[in-house]
Amino acid sequence: MKHTVGLILVLGGIWVLWSWHFTPLLLAFGVLSCACVLLIALRMRIVDEEGAPIHLPLRLFRYLPWLFWEIAKANIDVAVRILRPRLSISPRVIEVLASQRTDVGYVIYANSITLTPGTVSIHTEGDMISVHALTREAADGVLNGEMGRHVSRLESAK
Amino acid sequence: MGPIVGDLIVVAGSIFIVIGGIGLIRFPDFFTRMHAGGVTDTFGAGLVLTGLAIQAGMSLITVKLLLILLFLWLTSPTATHALANSALEAGLKPKLDRQEEAPSS
Repeated sequence: MKHTVGLILVLGGIWVLWSWHFTPLLLAFGVLSCACVLLIALRMRIVDEEGAPIHLPLRLFRYLPWLFWEIAKANIDVAVRILRPRLSISPRVIEVLASQRTDVGYVIYANSITLTPGTVSIHTEGDMISVHALTREAADGVLNGEMGRHVSRLESAK
Repeated sequence: MGPIVGDLIVVAGSIFIVIGGIGLIRFPDFFTRMHAGGVTDTFGAGLVLTGLAIQAGMSLITVKLLLILLFLWLTSPTATHALANSALEAGLKPKLDRQEEAPSS
C-alpha cells in the first residue's frame, strides 16, 4: 500500500515538473496518464520494494554526495593518466563480493562501480562481480569494500 | 557572477569531454577505452549540465537539466556494463598488465 502511494506521489510530482501547465484539460490528461501507468504497474505486480523503492530517496541524500566525491577523484586520476606522455596504466580484472541483500542494492553497487571511471563491472555471477580496473589503485579502491558498505547502508533495515 | 561561474563550469566540462576523447584514442584495448569513455559520461556531461543549470538560474529549466543528469547517470553505467559484458561473452579478452598479473593471481 505504501509503495502504491509512493508511486502515485512520484508520478504526479514528475508530471507536474515536466508540464507546469495547470489548465483543467492538461491536468485531466496528467491524472489520466498517471492512472494508466499505475494500473499497468499494479497489473504487472511490480509495485513493491524493488519496483517502487520508497525507502531509497532519503538515504540517497547521504550516499550521493559521497559517490560524487569518489567520482570526482577518480575522474581527475583517469584524466591525468590519459594526458601523461607515457601511459601509466596497468589493467587488471578482479573479483569482488557484493554482500547486498536485495537486487536493488546489488544493481546500485555494480552501477556505482561502473560509474566511477577506472573501474567497470564486466560480469556478474552469483554474489561475485568481475571488475575491470584501469590501475592497481583503482582495483584496490574497489577491493577495500568501502563502496559496498555505503551501498549496504542504503538498503531498508529489516 | 552567476553566469561567469556557469560558463567556467561548462568550459571545464568540455575540456573533460576532449580528454575522454583523447583517452579513447590512446588507450590500448576495448576495456581500457571504456574507462576513458567513463570520463566523458560522468564528469564531461555532468559539468556541462551543471553549468547550464547555473546559467539558467533557479527555474524549472534548472530542475529539468538536473533530472536529465540524474537519468543520464542512471542509464550510462547500465549501457557501459551491457557493452562490456557482451564483449566478454563474445570472447574478447581484456589486455592485462603482464608484469603484475602473476603475483596477484
